[in-house]
Amino acid sequence: MADREYGFRTRAIHAGNIPDSATGARALPIYQSTAFVFDDTSDAAARFALQKYGNIYSRLANPTVASFEERVASLEGGLGAVATASGLSAQYITFASLVGSGDHIVASANLYGGSITQLDVTLRRFGVETTFVQSANAEDYAAAITDETKLIFAETIANPSGEIADIEALADVAHAHGIPLVIDSTIATPYLNRPIEWGADIVTHSATKFLGGHGTTLGGVVVESGRFDWHTDKFPLFGQKVPSYGGLEWTGNFGEYAFLTRLRAEQLRDIGPALSATAAATLAQGVETLSYRMQAHVDNARIVATWLQQDPRIEAVYWAGLDSHPHHARAEKYLPKGAGSVFSFVVKGGRAVGQKLIESVNLASHVANIGDTKTLIIHPASTTHAQLTEQQLLDAGVLPGVVRLSVGIEDADDIIYDLDQALAQAVEA
Amino acid sequence: MSELVATQLQNGLTCSLPSDSPLAKLLKSQRTWVGPDAKTRLNILRAAKSVAIVGASPNPARSSYFVGTYLLQSSNYRVYFVNPNADEILGHKAYPDLASLPEVPDIVDVFRKASDIPSVIDDVLASGARTVWVQLGIWNEEAARYGEEQGLTVVMDRCIKVEHARFHGGLNLFGFDTGQISSKKQLV
Ligand SMILES: Cc1ncc(COP(=O)(O)O)c(C=O)c1O
Repeated sequence: MADREYGFRTRAIHAGNIPDSATGARALPIYQSTAFVFDDTSDAAARFALQKYGNIYSRLANPTVASFEERVASLEGGLGAVATASGLSAQYITFASLVGSGDHIVASANLYGGSITQLDVTLRRFGVETTFVQSANAEDYAAAITDETKLIFAETIANPSGEIADIEALADVAHAHGIPLVIDSTIATPYLNRPIEWGADIVTHSATKFLGGHGTTLGGVVVESGRFDWHTDKFPLFGQKVPSYGGLEWTGNFGEYAFLTRLRAEQLRDIGPALSATAAATLAQGVETLSYRMQAHVDNARIVATWLQQDPRIEAVYWAGLDSHPHHARAEKYLPKGAGSVFSFVVKGGRAVGQKLIESVNLASHVANIGDTKTLIIHPASTTHAQLTEQQLLDAGVLPGVVRLSVGIEDADDIIYDLDQALAQAVEA
Repeated sequence: MSELVATQLQNGLTCSLPSDSPLAKLLKSQRTWVGPDAKTRLNILRAAKSVAIVGASPNPARSSYFVGTYLLQSSNYRVYFVNPNADEILGHKAYPDLASLPEVPDIVDVFRKASDIPSVIDDVLASGARTVWVQLGIWNEEAARYGEEQGLTVVMDRCIKVEHARFHGGLNLFGFDTGQISSKKQLV
């Protein structure tokens, strides 16, 4: 019975959703409750002391949210997961659990703009230094590591440059220094790549994007492998007594479960970005069709990217699935099903033509989002990445003329028809 | 090998640990044998229906007594106590050896010193049991490898009580992957 290894599509639908024991409800019940009653005072004490895992208060854990967490953990091949109110808060609690004042992070320069400011502005103000590595080579990450470095952070598929992280090599570099590799896998999703299988220790997602998939709901999630040995001099907190939980020690008491238990019991408790039950139910329903949507997304991305590349009005297309992309070989290694459906291209004529193109589309939606069923389009340099300096824009691969597409799952012909007519108007103007 | 003593962990659980050293930590750097990961251990505990405790003690101060109490009260396992020098432990018959048990246990949980483990493994093999679970604080790599070569599943330096409590106590409520997929109502 329990010994069958169910497949990815089955787990996307069933993981975390065993029918409710009280009612038999087949769909995932939405436990819209702030708090949960205890059996008696000793049960309350045991739950509070983490002597047993149980529901207390929905900032810490909620059964609907837990279903979503288990589902994503199952798909990523992780030990477990902690869900958050947004992708950025998933990253934030991860960083908050691993770094403090005086510590250092080595991150890719090719990150989502909000991730760059989180590290470069907010965490720096708290005394955490981040070195942004401009190259995609693991040696250059290694060169940036200092005694204070506590983690390496990169995106599987970078947004919007289309750069692919060399996860296996980055994991080797991280582990050689006794630190974990943290991967933001928002754009890949576990359907296209499971970073833990390539050596990553922690995976974060903006579930807002492809996991939820329908542009309705913000959410984030942190998945951990359970393989990293946290009980070292680099991370002394895992071996120290925790007064707020009766003097337990994270590693001593929870073994492989230490990181995620602590992330929930300390960082979610103290920082507070909990995912709501209704949001979790919407996101979990989105995940049920992840395989089908992602396949349709990458199929359409291939058709649209190929069409754009052949169009004389286009200067360049940065989709790693094309053999003209510098990371094409990496894409074939890490993303054999397809290099995601978020990519950028440059229109001949520069910024003005790009902006006119965006104003002329009728099907693609001009929004600051990615990972919807709908095709989305934006000019990153003046929007999602506007908080960056000119140099940071260049480092992040966001040239002024770049237009970003998140290819949806409409009919590919219709997406192309729309881009074609918009390009015609843009070039004419 | 120092003597094992019952130690109360900070979270209230009790396990057997060596009296003189933070052994697990100390020896970890020299360890080469790697046991089953957390998910596999979870599956071992999930699949089992019966557990025999070898080296079970009738002395309430011993950690095997705490483990026995816990398993009898908080698990659905059929629990057997093995101790040739005792008649009864926790109100249950104590058996002289594995061969005398009324069934082949799914897990043999071992509270014996490290140098005894090879002979325990031979007893396990003779009994037909498939999994040997060597308690927290006991480490014998050669014996573990030998057991695996003979086809046994070996868990070592882990407390079955801590692991069962961890897994039994609502892992799913804290977002961990339980590996459980079912269209039947959840059992509580
Ligand atoms: C790659 C990537 N990571 C993280 C985020 C942040 O996620 P959220 O908006 O859910 O906080 C986004 C999008 O905004 C993103 O595209």
